Amino acid sequence: MESIAHIEAMTVLAVGIIFGMGAFGTAIGFGLLGGRFLEGMARQPELAPALLGRAFIFVALLDAVTFIGIGFALFFTFANPFVAAVQALQPAAH
Amino acid sequence: MFRHMISEAPSPNEYILHHLTFLTNRSPKGILDFSAINLDSVFFSVLLAVLFGGLFYAAARRVTTGVPSRFQNFVEWVVELVDAQVKDIFHGQSRLIAPLALTIFCWVFLFNALDVVPLDLLPGAAGAAGIGHLRIVPSTDLNIVFGLSLTVLLLIIFYSVAMKGVVGFFAEFALHPLRIKGRPLMQALVAPFNIVVEFASFLARPVSLALRLYGNMFAGEMVFILIALITLSSGFAGLASLGGWVGTVGALLLGILWSLFDLFIGFLQAFIFAILTVVYLSAASEHHD
Repeated sequence: MESIAHIEAMTVLAVGIIFGMGAFGTAIGFGLLGGRFLEGMARQPELAPALLGRAFIFVALLDAVTFIGIGFALFFTFANPFVAAVQALQPAAH
Repeated sequence: MFRHMISEAPSPNEYILHHLTFLTNRSPKGILDFSAINLDSVFFSVLLAVLFGGLFYAAARRVTTGVPSRFQNFVEWVVELVDAQVKDIFHGQSRLIAPLALTIFCWVFLFNALDVVPLDLLPGAAGAAGIGHLRIVPSTDLNIVFGLSLTVLLLIIFYSVAMKGVVGFFAEFALHPLRIKGRPLMQALVAPFNIVVEFASFLARPVSLALRLYGNMFAGEMVFILIALITLSSGFAGLASLGGWVGTVGALLLGILWSLFDLFIGFLQAFIFAILTVVYLSAASEHHD
């Protein structure tokens, strides 16, 4: 039981790090992208719709690894394979 | 907020796990088991394919050059949206690319749009009809998204081989990104490095294509489940007290706001899937050197 509690504690920390670092990278990426987009729009306002379309494409590309990380983090939260491995090793108790 | 078959509310963990379980015909033995099918994902993806195909076919049958009906106008708008992007990106000659991009975009968007349906509506109705679990968004099923992206991978290989030949396709792994013209010995020395880098990027494309869509949709669905947990133990009985009103109305508002955002994200991810497919196929069918 102690090792399961230990694994779950570490898992919670890991999930927090995954969410945090994903958000960190995405925020910096979006900030740079938004700034460059505004600069480009100010230089050539007639290109604004096309630039906006391309900007959304890059938004989706930037989001990708963050959301993959979130998917893995949620997997570790609700179907933790490490806990399952430890439970498989324990003899059937009670 | 719908009552379950059992009279008392499930614990949060049970509720979450219930909503994350697929309706399979049998539980899979090991990682790769082709006889275990997620019946709900297959049903909804086929239903949406028939819906999309039927609607667009009907629009194409009744097309007129005069003033278009509203439905024909909408279909034309979608087709032009995809066609403009394809013309911008794909520089070769192929009659398959634009319809492929249209199909991927519309089908994946319909998958993602099902995420807006209230969380317990269809699973609750299915539960009343005796079906234990139901997950209605096919793009939250890894099998469906990897099916799409592996099909795109097969198309990439097909276009590469059609343009460069089988030998050219394999030679490309050894000749990019480091290319030393006229010195075959040096080229053979850097070939292992090239092969590793090219193979990694070759595999990264379908995997990232699939997981990008899956991650976005799964995270969206997860937030819906977490919003539903706010009123899980109280249900409609929470409306009896002021605190219950705050919780219920708050959950409703959060649900509405997240639905709008999730619909936008679904549209964006479907568009990205289609655009990246065209980009990869365009890169695969380029004439080289």
